[in-house]
Amino acid sequence: MKFLLSPVAGIGATVLGMLAWLGELTLFALSGLSHIWRPPFYPRLVGRAFMEIGFYSLPVVALTALFTGMVLALQSYTGFSRFGAESAIASVVVLSVTRELGPVLAGLMVAGRAGAAMAAELGTMRVTDQIDALSTLSTEPMKYLVAPRLLAGIIVLPLLVVLADIIGVLGGFLVATQKLGFTPDTYLISTFTNLRSNDVISGLIKAAVFGFIIALMGCFQGYRSRGGAQGVGAATTAAVVSASIMILALDYVLTQVLFSK
Amino acid sequence: MTQPKLRIRGLKKAFGDKRVLDGIDLDLMPGTGTVVIGGSGTGKSVLIKCILGLVTPDTGIIEIDGEDVLKAPRHRARQLRAQIGMLFQNGALFDSLPVWENVAFGLLAGKKIRRAAARDKAAEVLAQVGLDASVGALSPAELSGGMQKRVALARAIAAEPAIMFFDEPTTGLDPIMGAVIDELIVDCVKRLGSTSLSITHDMASAQRIADRAAMLYEGRVSWSGPAADLLTTADPVVDQFTHGRAQGPIKMALRR
Repeated sequence: MKFLLSPVAGIGATVLGMLAWLGELTLFALSGLSHIWRPPFYPRLVGRAFMEIGFYSLPVVALTALFTGMVLALQSYTGFSRFGAESAIASVVVLSVTRELGPVLAGLMVAGRAGAAMAAELGTMRVTDQIDALSTLSTEPMKYLVAPRLLAGIIVLPLLVVLADIIGVLGGFLVATQKLGFTPDTYLISTFTNLRSNDVISGLIKAAVFGFIIALMGCFQGYRSRGGAQGVGAATTAAVVSASIMILALDYVLTQVLFSK
Repeated sequence: MTQPKLRIRGLKKAFGDKRVLDGIDLDLMPGTGTVVIGGSGTGKSVLIKCILGLVTPDTGIIEIDGEDVLKAPRHRARQLRAQIGMLFQNGALFDSLPVWENVAFGLLAGKKIRRAAARDKAAEVLAQVGLDASVGALSPAELSGGMQKRVALARAIAAEPAIMFFDEPTTGLDPIMGAVIDELIVDCVKRLGSTSLSITHDMASAQRIADRAAMLYEGRVSWSGPAADLLTTADPVVDQFTHGRAQGPIKMALRR
């Protein structure tokens, strides 16, 4: 009987563990969000988080968007030429970039760069007692460390995605006009004719959610890290992996919500 | 009779099955220095974390100026605990901030002072711990272990706390630097008129910085008395611990 029950007990323990983790994450997120609106405010820290999440991620996001736009134009041409539908390339590039690839790829890149950095910084602060030191200096760590990063994540990622959208479309434009024989006027007209404001706005909504997720997972994993350098390393990996998975999963959910009619 | 500045009664804390604190009773009289000694893992740091609110005890009373911080509303508990300055074992300086901002952190965070004035105040406090004002511009990573400890001490005293905690203040320092830090601690505590609670394994340091001592053993205060008696008391647990003997009740307890 014990032989039969032990796998069930194992599954039960795993499910309970996941639920506990989810509950902890939810409380952490609610606490972090509530501290955004309550004084005291730390504008310098919000500014610093803007720089770390946004400004320093500009090169990697711009390069990713550029090459994605270029590859998308090439691949579309290869496929569409079989059906004589080359004229749809501009539409495919702009819609793919604004609705899907811009927010998702920018999110994944920022998760790898800024999310990991957040987890490493907070994790190091945790294992070296710096977070405890904040509490003893009459400073609420959630307000000082987490709230500015959450706010910056929510605001900065949409700004990065606007840039990624422009550069991604530019990448497609370059390949289409320089390699595939499109005239600039034709390509641009085709691009903007089929683009709706909702395509861009929905991408920016996704980006805001992804920015929140990246900052949340970076802070959450770092904040609860334990056990010295190894714990910080594990927290950093967990922050990137969990944020990436959540971005991809939420992308489906948000696409379903925003585009289904 | 004088009211204790800090009064602890029946403090208990367990982590899972492991009972770390099993009914701690301790009084810290105003203006006195108390040192808590005990083997590794006996709950000395947990005791301090319970008082600071970093760990929530299972049961017990922690009174500051006669007011139970565990029963007080959150805002009031924070006010009471704001009287405590803490020197962490490894300094716990904020790497992302320069030294002066570390020192003035509590003042800046509480919006008690403007940044320009905070910088002057930091220089003043750094001078009190024997550091030049120019150190203020450095990053904590650029300092030696002894200097980091001094900066951490400066940060702890900057807000002139009424109660000060020192968690193994001389750990990792050479004997001379350890003695220097002890002197600074005694000097700062005396100048501020603070009540202090220290944790240390260093008996020489314990006798330099404290008037009273308490031995933590099996989750309770098993002995307390004048710090001067630490090396001469007949209590078998304290005697074994302070003289570092392999044989004695502490080892027997570990074997069980």
